[in-house]
Amino acid sequence: MLKIENIWKTFNVGTVNEKTALQGLSLTLREGDFVTVIGGNGAGKSTMLNAVAGVWPVDEGKLYIDNVDVTKLPEYKRAAYLGRVFQDPMTGTAANMQIQENLALALRRGKKRFLSIGITRSEREMYQEKLKVLGLGLEERMTSKVGLLSGGQRQALTLLMATLKKPKLLLLDEHTAALDPKTAAKVLEATDRIVGRDQLTTLMITHNMKDAIAHGNRLIMMHEGRVIYDVSGEEKKRLKVSDLLEKFEQASGGEFANDRMMLA
Amino acid sequence: MDIFKLFNALPGACAQGLIWGIMAIGVYITYKVLDLADLTVDGTMTTGGAVCIMLMLNDCPVGLALLAAFGAGILAGFVTGLLHTVMGIPAILSGILTQLGLYSVNLRIMGGKANQAISVDKFNLLVSLRWVKGAPFYKNTIFTVCIFIVCIIAILYWFFGTELGCSIRATGSNPNMSRAQGINTDVNKILGLMLSNGIVALASGLYAQYQGFSDINAGRGAIVIGLAAVIIGQVVFGKIRGNFAFKLLSVALGAIIYYLVIQVVLWLGLNPNDLKLLSAIVVAVFLAIPYLKGKYFAKPVKKGGAPHA
Repeated sequence: MLKIENIWKTFNVGTVNEKTALQGLSLTLREGDFVTVIGGNGAGKSTMLNAVAGVWPVDEGKLYIDNVDVTKLPEYKRAAYLGRVFQDPMTGTAANMQIQENLALALRRGKKRFLSIGITRSEREMYQEKLKVLGLGLEERMTSKVGLLSGGQRQALTLLMATLKKPKLLLLDEHTAALDPKTAAKVLEATDRIVGRDQLTTLMITHNMKDAIAHGNRLIMMHEGRVIYDVSGEEKKRLKVSDLLEKFEQASGGEFANDRMMLA
Repeated sequence: MDIFKLFNALPGACAQGLIWGIMAIGVYITYKVLDLADLTVDGTMTTGGAVCIMLMLNDCPVGLALLAAFGAGILAGFVTGLLHTVMGIPAILSGILTQLGLYSVNLRIMGGKANQAISVDKFNLLVSLRWVKGAPFYKNTIFTVCIFIVCIIAILYWFFGTELGCSIRATGSNPNMSRAQGINTDVNKILGLMLSNGIVALASGLYAQYQGFSDINAGRGAIVIGLAAVIIGQVVFGKIRGNFAFKLLSVALGAIIYYLVIQVVLWLGLNPNDLKLLSAIVVAVFLAIPYLKGKYFAKPVKKGGAPHA
């Protein structure tokens, strides 16, 4: 499904801030894999997702989605394969457009946009049904501007938009990190439900080790721009937070102890 | 200070305001919909008139001349769009570069002269300052320009409701989200700039006919007048919840208010040479108000800020 082959990416080349975020990263996802990604700050988790999404070109390496080489495709073209939810609730939606207009934009992902009507009556009914499933009462506010919604509501809407047209790959970049615990749990629950229902291949970054263990069928740990631990199936189910912490200490030589993941 | 003098001048101000209202609708597309400050319009507000008048002087029918003016504006917008997206030059600078280049282009269009007059008696014009008062209503310039505005608003209302139009609005609202939804934001920015400058050039073509000449300086400070109209429209009619068409209409009405106010201050005895300074100050004040309001008159928020979710 997704094949990442020996990807390198360096930011701010030639300055004091030079940082090699990805150092020969390789990863292969099978169809239907729900992979949680953990790692300390600066491990390259978000960089990996941005590389897959094509936010900028990579320095070296190849990216395949469904055996199609997408390494050279610009971000807006790759979007045809991808559903994305971002860490910042403001990023995933257009604030001064209506809820239904945002959904209509998402429904046309990967399609050429011409002069036919931007939102049809029948799709409005479909949106209403889908919004009802979220259980946030948004189906009553289809013509409200998205800017009026709370962060949690916006993340839930972004999740719906990302999966409205079934993506080949769903990218979740700490999509609950900016939410309060209760809302975060709700959004995570919705994520599980949608991913399970549509059998979506998913990459989910999280800072919460419990979440990383509880969700998905596979877990990878990143450190210094590479995957250092990859566990799936029964072995993952038996995993405990303490095991992960131990792995981290091994990888980072103890420096990890004051990272905020300790709080998980 | 003869009050009748003022009343006498009002229909003219109204007609001018309406023509500039069309121009301001063009500015609205870049400034509000695309969230770009496009200074190209200072050039296109001359180009449209130059193209229109020169074609008409060479016996081109008025409809075709206006269409050509529209096309010339589209071209100018295309250049700014390329500079901004393909060449990566900041939008404001791209607009300034195109605008500067257009000065020479405009002079060439007008055959090297700074001013080209067209006689309302000899040519079949669509609008003229001679037809503001006392003309039959179907020939009245105010009526003609109103029809133009209604048509433009109707077309834009339809366009921004289409898939393409929606994606242009999304581009202005949140470019990151737009790309994530498969929207080519560069192409959309270019399209928006083309459409905006096309409408400005159309207004320019009408304005040159209205005045009876095209002038190399016709567009100087046009962006400020356009912004003034957008902001006045927003301040005066912003409280009314209306759809996109109403917002465009309020921009056109903003332009009329601007010209009526100008007429009044002139009547009160302002030196016409000081007009541009006054316009700049008015626009600066109105642009500053939302910021200052937020900074000094914000409602106190509970400790710890607003809840996040």
